[in-house]
Amino acid sequence: MSDIATLERDILGAVASASDEAALEALRVAALGKKGSISELLKTLGAMSAEERKVNGPLFNGLRDKVTNAIAARKAELGDVALNARLASETVDVTLPARPEATGTIHPVSQVLDEIAAIFADLGFAIAEGPDVEYDDYNFTKLNIPPDHPAREMHDTFYIARQEDGSRHILRTHTSPVQVRTMLKQKPPIRVIVPGRTYRVDNDATHTPMFHQLEALVIDEKTHLGNLKWVVEEFCKAFFEIENVTLRARPSFFPFTEPSVEWDMRCDRSVPGKIAFGTGNDWLELGGSGMVHPNVLDMCGIDSTKYQGFAFGFGLDRMAMLKYGAPDLRPFFESDVRWLRHYGFASLDLPTLDGGLSR
Amino acid sequence: MKFTLSWLKAPLDTDAAVDAIAERLTSIGLEVESVEDAGARLKDFAVAQVISAEKHPNADKLRLCMVDAGDGAPLQIVCGAPNARAGIKVVLARPGTVIPVTGEALKIGTIRGVESRGMMCSARELLLGEDHDGIIELPTDAKIGDKAAIALGLTDPVIDVSLTPNRGDCTAVYGIARDLAASGLGRLREGDLSPVPGKFPSPIKPAVETEAAPMFAGRLIRGVKNGPSPKWLQDWLKAVGLRPISALVDVTNFLSLDRGRPLHVYDAAKVKGDLRARLAKDGETVLALDGKTYTLDPTMVVIADDNGPQGIGGVMGGEDSSCTDATTDVFVEAALFDPISIARTGRKLGIISDARYRFERGVDPEFVLPGIELATKMILEFCGGEPSELVVAGAPPAWKRSIDFDPGHVSRLGGIEVPKSEQIAILKRLGFTVEDAGASLKVSPPSWRSDVNLSADLVEEIVRMHGLNKVPSVAMERLHAVAKPVLTPAQRRTRFVRRTLAGRGFNETINFSFIPRAHAALFGGGDDVRQVENPISADLDALRPSVLPSLLAAAARNAARGFDNLMLFEIGAQFESGMPGAQALIAAGIRTGNGARSWSKATHPADVFDVKADMLAALEAAMGSAMTAPAKAGAPGWYHPGRSGTLALGPKVIATFGELHPKVLAAFDLKGPVAAFEINLDAIPESKAKGKARATFAPSPFQAVERDFAFVVDGKVTAEEVLRATKGADRALIEAATVFDVYEGKGVPEGKKSLAVSVRIQPRDKTLTEPEIEALAQKIVAAVTKTTGAALRA
Repeated sequence: MSDIATLERDILGAVASASDEAALEALRVAALGKKGSISELLKTLGAMSAEERKVNGPLFNGLRDKVTNAIAARKAELGDVALNARLASETVDVTLPARPEATGTIHPVSQVLDEIAAIFADLGFAIAEGPDVEYDDYNFTKLNIPPDHPAREMHDTFYIARQEDGSRHILRTHTSPVQVRTMLKQKPPIRVIVPGRTYRVDNDATHTPMFHQLEALVIDEKTHLGNLKWVVEEFCKAFFEIENVTLRARPSFFPFTEPSVEWDMRCDRSVPGKIAFGTGNDWLELGGSGMVHPNVLDMCGIDSTKYQGFAFGFGLDRMAMLKYGAPDLRPFFESDVRWLRHYGFASLDLPTLDGGLSR
Repeated sequence: MKFTLSWLKAPLDTDAAVDAIAERLTSIGLEVESVEDAGARLKDFAVAQVISAEKHPNADKLRLCMVDAGDGAPLQIVCGAPNARAGIKVVLARPGTVIPVTGEALKIGTIRGVESRGMMCSARELLLGEDHDGIIELPTDAKIGDKAAIALGLTDPVIDVSLTPNRGDCTAVYGIARDLAASGLGRLREGDLSPVPGKFPSPIKPAVETEAAPMFAGRLIRGVKNGPSPKWLQDWLKAVGLRPISALVDVTNFLSLDRGRPLHVYDAAKVKGDLRARLAKDGETVLALDGKTYTLDPTMVVIADDNGPQGIGGVMGGEDSSCTDATTDVFVEAALFDPISIARTGRKLGIISDARYRFERGVDPEFVLPGIELATKMILEFCGGEPSELVVAGAPPAWKRSIDFDPGHVSRLGGIEVPKSEQIAILKRLGFTVEDAGASLKVSPPSWRSDVNLSADLVEEIVRMHGLNKVPSVAMERLHAVAKPVLTPAQRRTRFVRRTLAGRGFNETINFSFIPRAHAALFGGGDDVRQVENPISADLDALRPSVLPSLLAAAARNAARGFDNLMLFEIGAQFESGMPGAQALIAAGIRTGNGARSWSKATHPADVFDVKADMLAALEAAMGSAMTAPAKAGAPGWYHPGRSGTLALGPKVIATFGELHPKVLAAFDLKGPVAAFEINLDAIPESKAKGKARATFAPSPFQAVERDFAFVVDGKVTAEEVLRATKGADRALIEAATVFDVYEGKGVPEGKKSLAVSVRIQPRDKTLTEPEIEALAQKIVAAVTKTTGAALRA
């Protein structure tokens, strides 16, 4: 008995103090290998009497199991130690900067256009587009601005040099020629918005020779001034993401609308450099509008005795400036990356009506 | 259009305050740009007198003044103005008064140890001018204690209305008063338009010799004594920015502003023969009242005597026959001119004048003679003299017209119900004659409203006067229960490309469509047909033939600020000529620099393969599936000839990409590497996908096998040729093939290169056996060898 106990103590002690897997393997062979001390003991069972075997069998087998388990446990222990040591050696300074990746941005004018498109799409307006270089006829004459009309002086026009066929054209001074193009090719009912680049000979602190306009055009048999007011109101609520909008209408004049109306929206400018929408005692000029002039309808092939509708337009850049607090127009077109990153939008910030137009 | 409140109140009988008037003007479409009410602004400033001005005990340049403000003990004020001296009358600000120039309230101060209980103001401190050399000295008769504004003559607010070009009738104070009265604010005083009897026949006869001047009339007044006009008239003219000249000239300026009726006065002694309105002879010159000599052509109307042109008709009078203080006989003239002719002449000669402004907007054709009568009365009053009979040539062109007007049009177009009776009343107040013909009205506009011709114009008049803000907001009909998508396929493509590029790290820019001609020339443009004739500046004179020069210029500006590693893109037009529609929508991007430095990542200069990936990603976003057509070497001349490519579908170039030519970079002053791509969004074919469902998902259940090959090929053989041959070996089994290494150098013969190709073999019917795979490998080697002359690398 005491021999067995001694053997067990010796082996388990050696296993516990084995310092690496090789030593542990040597111990396993010495104890449990073919000629191992425990294997030798187990071999003696065959020569024993039944009585003796009854006593020694469990004893020897128990010893074998204990040693087997102890070796496995020690092996796992040694593995953990080795792994921990390796992990410790692999430690890095996690405060090092992440690998650089470029973050792109969407220009505020594109973003605001997507916002406005989402609003008008819900109202059933498609998006119409046209060329930057235009016929004088579409930019002026068909919009009821005949040559030498004083209203032409409201538009400081860029002229393009004479073409090979002798014709001479202009850079469009507003997006309204696209109204003409739309009416010439599409029968009413018409609901479109027209965004785009526009050009005027103007270059100072608040004007750039190129800027963006957006206008809306509706032609059908019954749309009237009250509908125009509703659309402007609903647009402002949705675009500025406010609950209440108070509009002020001012009679105005555009050669292509009659009656013509300019719209102001209630705002608060009492804090210098800030503007709040929907409250306050100040007025923000939104843009011009009116009922499409019968002459324009007729010149565009639409029977003005049957059809009517409205048009209204505003500065797209200005809308971006107002909503997102960009005080100056000029940097919109200067491509300073600092500005682009400051005022730009994430690529996945696609404005939606369900998720909200902006964050 | 500027006028003062008292001027407006001459023809308009009203007690309304200036604010109420301004609000009404804007609400009826006469937009008030500003009301400069210096009297109200300066109400806290008073007239005071300096009693004594001694040297400040502690400062050489300051004076210690005692100032009498008319209410008890004099105030002690320290003043630094050089003109502060005893006896002068000054503008006094007491403590608590807000000083306009600073916007801050004045405090009782201690200046160099002496208390100062007020301030004597300079013109600049009151925002009345730039003068800051000294304090304002008021007239000696200014009453101490009065409001300073009275002594300064600033009690009459100046209203500035921004007129729309249709309202020729409101280029007159009287016309504005008429509109206000029609809106219910005040009552209009018509004034005395009765004719002045002539005492003798006019020795100067007017004649009209062109249709561009349908009427020309006048009268001589002899024995006048010209001199300064009355103070009230000078004050009004000065308040609106005109310089008083003499009674005779001031009368014409006044009536131009007051009645919208331009007139001209000739010194009859300087007129030879009669005055004729005729077309100018080519090359004729006239010295105009602005001191400049203008050369005329036969599209322009002149008023000429036997000596030649005495004025540019309806635009500007001439110097030769102008009135002076020595004038004793004056010929007062008024005429009608064709608005288009006036506009053309004014534009050609570059003259902006009060007369042109009115004539090109259309003056009242019936007010030629009343205008002369009014002028006559004023001249007789101011200068004395004896009037001749009126002499008239021509007549007003026909202007009377009748519009059939359905009162229901107001609600149909204007969206507001206005009772017929009110409609009629409004029109009548505006001077229209209205005949109620039962269902419709017959409406005739007055002579001064040439802008009203259609039923819609009448709707505007009625809604404007009834109150535009009363129009109720009415919802538009919803076309679909759930809104339908509205973007065209091209618009959707553009949006996908834009957001894909931003997602890859590009910053979107928007640049001007015009660029310097020299830049345009580097990109295939710079020709005459793409020139802007009147550019804003010499370096924005060419329509851009490519978006890249805009981006390169932007990169150079950013580089100058220390930003070298840029990814910029723009989606915008490039122009093929100056014809409408000769433009394409381009998505272009550039990468510049050597990449952001990092402790853990190798950097590389922006190169052709960076932008190839950008271009392919953008195209995949645009098309909804990967671009399968291969790129070919070669691109336009602004790219590096050996490091650029073109992607085309048939003859249609979809995109070009590559590193930029060093000469182009040098032209933009760019130092580092730049790679770029240009995608013609208009050239991308529309998706052919039918329906929304995807093809059935059928992954092969059998193990795929990867095999690598190293082919040694001639240096000129392209990767594309090798890959195409590889894939062609067995289109059913070979799912993909790609190049994973390119090697030239030791072990590979001179002039050759080794391409390492990885092939993914995907069986569909059964797992391939080793001999089958081996057989396929042999097929691949055979195919590549045959088409490219490759050898398998040993």
